[in-house]
Amino acid sequence: MADLVERTPCKGLLPLEIGHAVVREARIGRMTVIAPFKGQQARVAQILKSAHGVAFPEPNRSSEAGGCRVIWFARGQIMLVGEDPDPGLKTHAALTDQSDAWAVVTLEGAAAEDVLARLVPVDLRAAAFKTGQTLRSQLQHMNASITRIGATCFQIMVFRSMAATLVHDLRSAMEGVAARG
Amino acid sequence: MRITCPICGERDRREFYYQGDAVALRRPAPDAGEAAWEDYLHLRENPAGTTRDLWYHEAGCGAWLVVTRDTVTHAVQAVALAGDGSAEGGS
Repeated sequence: MADLVERTPCKGLLPLEIGHAVVREARIGRMTVIAPFKGQQARVAQILKSAHGVAFPEPNRSSEAGGCRVIWFARGQIMLVGEDPDPGLKTHAALTDQSDAWAVVTLEGAAAEDVLARLVPVDLRAAAFKTGQTLRSQLQHMNASITRIGATCFQIMVFRSMAATLVHDLRSAMEGVAARG
Repeated sequence: MRITCPICGERDRREFYYQGDAVALRRPAPDAGEAAWEDYLHLRENPAGTTRDLWYHEAGCGAWLVVTRDTVTHAVQAVALAGDGSAEGGS
């Protein structure tokens, strides 16, 4: 057996600090997409609550408890992050392990909103996009999942194959915001 | 152009993929006859006014939407989910 070395999606690309914003790779652990079978969402919500302590999120919302976060991910899909899914979920939902499929970064700092304003066609300012809110949209030309996880901190997920493009686009926007002083 | 997705809210047009006339929601019965099937497969209206299109929220929630819009004024009049039954039938 070869001695395999784990390589994170953004290895060698991050961290990146420009002006009043910093991008870091986030190691968030296990990622499982949960798609409840027809009519089974209430049962899935019960198991999420009892086994993981988190509420089933409405569209554009996330919820968290301890080290576990659940993020609304698409119509009929949510993503469980940070814990292995309870085995009881299997009979009520399709579970897909996507732990290695996403490049996950955090963008943090006083300029974070201004940076995202250059990249995402949705209003992400605090008045319209509060802590815990999430959305699926585009970051430049990449389909992304963006969640506000703090007052000045966003979690951004794109397909792993686009990690370098994500960092490139964030760098361009950060340099542009910083240049304006 | 902005489209208000029933799930995600109001979003920019770039997030959506355009499929065309919402005719796919009015599929004829298998025994409906040649005329009905020819109409379904090949014949499309080209209205100056209200039209119903299928759009796919490709960069958002992944839902298929039925968008009612006016080809003259470009006003978007209504948006409904294609899959939940509320947007089926009609013209």
